[in-house]
Amino acid sequence: MIFLVLTNLMLLGLSRLGACIRIVALQGVALGFLPLILNDWDMEVHLVLFSIVIISLKGIAFPWMLNRTLRELATQREIEPFIGYGISIIAGTIALVMCMWLSSRLPFPEPLMSPLIVPVAFFTIMSGLFLIISRKKALTQVLGYLVLENGIYAFGVALVGKQPMLVELGILLDIFVAVFVMGIAMFHINREFDHIDTDQLSRLRS
Amino acid sequence: MILALLLIPVIAAVLSLIVRNDILRRIILIVTAVSHTAITITAWGVEPGTLWNGWLMLDKPGLLFLTITSVLFLACSFYAFGYLAGEARSKKQVFEEEAFFTNAPEAIFCACIEGFLATMTLVTVSQHFGLLWVAMEATTLASAPLIYFHRHHRSLEATWKYLLICSVGIALALLGNFFMVIAATKPASEGTAIVLNALIGQGHNLNIQWLKAAFLFFLVGYGTKMGLAPLHTWLPDAHSEAPSVISALLSGALLNCAFLGILRCYQVCSAAGEAQFCQGLLVLFGLISIGWAAIFILGQADYKRMLAYSSVEHVGILALGVGIGAGATFGAMLHAVNHSIAKAMLFMTAGNIIAIYKTKTTKDVRGILSVAPITGVLWIAGFLAISGIPPFGIFVSEFTIVKAMIEQGRIGIAVAFLGILAVVFVGMSAAFLNMAQGPKNNDLQVKDRPAIAFTILPPIALGAMALMFGLYIPPVVSDLLHSVASVIGGY
Repeated sequence: MIFLVLTNLMLLGLSRLGACIRIVALQGVALGFLPLILNDWDMEVHLVLFSIVIISLKGIAFPWMLNRTLRELATQREIEPFIGYGISIIAGTIALVMCMWLSSRLPFPEPLMSPLIVPVAFFTIMSGLFLIISRKKALTQVLGYLVLENGIYAFGVALVGKQPMLVELGILLDIFVAVFVMGIAMFHINREFDHIDTDQLSRLRS
Repeated sequence: MILALLLIPVIAAVLSLIVRNDILRRIILIVTAVSHTAITITAWGVEPGTLWNGWLMLDKPGLLFLTITSVLFLACSFYAFGYLAGEARSKKQVFEEEAFFTNAPEAIFCACIEGFLATMTLVTVSQHFGLLWVAMEATTLASAPLIYFHRHHRSLEATWKYLLICSVGIALALLGNFFMVIAATKPASEGTAIVLNALIGQGHNLNIQWLKAAFLFFLVGYGTKMGLAPLHTWLPDAHSEAPSVISALLSGALLNCAFLGILRCYQVCSAAGEAQFCQGLLVLFGLISIGWAAIFILGQADYKRMLAYSSVEHVGILALGVGIGAGATFGAMLHAVNHSIAKAMLFMTAGNIIAIYKTKTTKDVRGILSVAPITGVLWIAGFLAISGIPPFGIFVSEFTIVKAMIEQGRIGIAVAFLGILAVVFVGMSAAFLNMAQGPKNNDLQVKDRPAIAFTILPPIALGAMALMFGLYIPPVVSDLLHSVASVIGGY
């Protein structure tokens, strides 16, 4: 869980898109192990199977798709984000403290499996949203979306426990297709505009 | 029966990708639409069974929204038949700029539109909140390629905004789902599954704080998709850049489906005795949407964007109606039907105007009545229908909502509501009447007219329906509307 926090902070401070993709991949793998860790490595078929699906999707499939898109793109770096890297990290730290405070005040019906998981999940959600609004590149926004989903997922695993398999798989499938479609859209944006700066997508107004 | 509703469009989508012949593919589209509507109408008589332990069930609200979706899709499929035939031969130029573009392959268009129907059907029949979420996100993904049918950078920009804003919004609704699970968890026992009926049965046992948080997230999440201001920013772009037939579907069917998502959560909240909290929020968001839309309708230079903002206004009225409660709930349900019909008709007519004039700028279009009389009449009729002028259905539904407000003594809201409607009326009438009347532009060449029957008849049929609901609501329909209203806490 500390690892999740670290990956979020690194994402806030990194400018190279390739490195960002790798960090998100690492985060996905960590998330895949989360249900196992929280259940004390209880090797139930349902849990193990699910971990494998998550790791293969979030750790392998998404980064592969995004990397493939990245190779097609003209840019490798996020230059001049709306909010600088230093300030981003400071904002991240403040958000982390706030999340800790917030989750210490929430009433939970059941004792939690781990006291850290809720603030970490909230922090991951916050980081995702922050990435989406503060960065210009379409690719970083997709990464932000993935981080946001990771955070929501971590929250779900921690509190909800066992959802029906079908719903879980449906959610994963949706995210998979979303990343796929966004990848294609980015490819087209790059071809039409020769860049993926979303702040210049501003022809449609009022 | 539910399975058939879901599987027919999916099979059709797969077929569309395989089939090589354009004409055959368009026929598949129409056959799909006809059979889907036929099954939906059967479902009015025979109640379809439940599937998967009650996860899939067609209850009254589901049936209402399914019928709206299905009927609109039927009209759109006929329109699309003519539209695709016209698109295949016309020259493609971005109207606003000097640039040419190509279309996406027709196979992708047909497959996506059929997939879109399948996902919207799934939204209406889902009773499990998780499944509902999956279906809702799937509608976004199925419709994104449709918005990018004309492959130029304006539609690409619209598609990107649509994808990202809606996906993030819906991700927040997922968080709302988890909150609802927590609300349903009792200490030291197995929690209730988040299936609608089970939750309503457990109403008083739910954890109120978490339930309120869940409703907030549902409202923001699905509200983004539904186009409630200030979360509507994707809507005008997507509606104005998509092909008109897609705009009709987005506006008439998709926004309603998203509204159904909010209504489902509202049902649970009112079972838990928190209806007032939710109603306050719905009224607030409703008023903001109506007011916001009015500001942007005034002085809007692009007539398709104007229609899109009018959609923001009308989803605001839906939220307001449910928020007021009591008799207004019936009004809101009737309004959902009326708005879908009138807006789809307007978007289709707008598509025909674009086909003739090759522009989306309001001031460049003059004299539709003399250039294309039927389209001109439809345009005026659509304008009267959408702004709630008496013989049309929207007048009845808006009147019902205002009546309920006055009965409850909420005069302030009623006055504000009517005032904004008047502003919208003035703003729209200037644009619409100028477009319809006047001499025709001399340099206008009306050579390739759209395939008449296919693109003119669907809006005429919809217009007739809009008129009918104003004069006479069949007892079957009004019974259904009343039972839907009673399910969501009105009458």
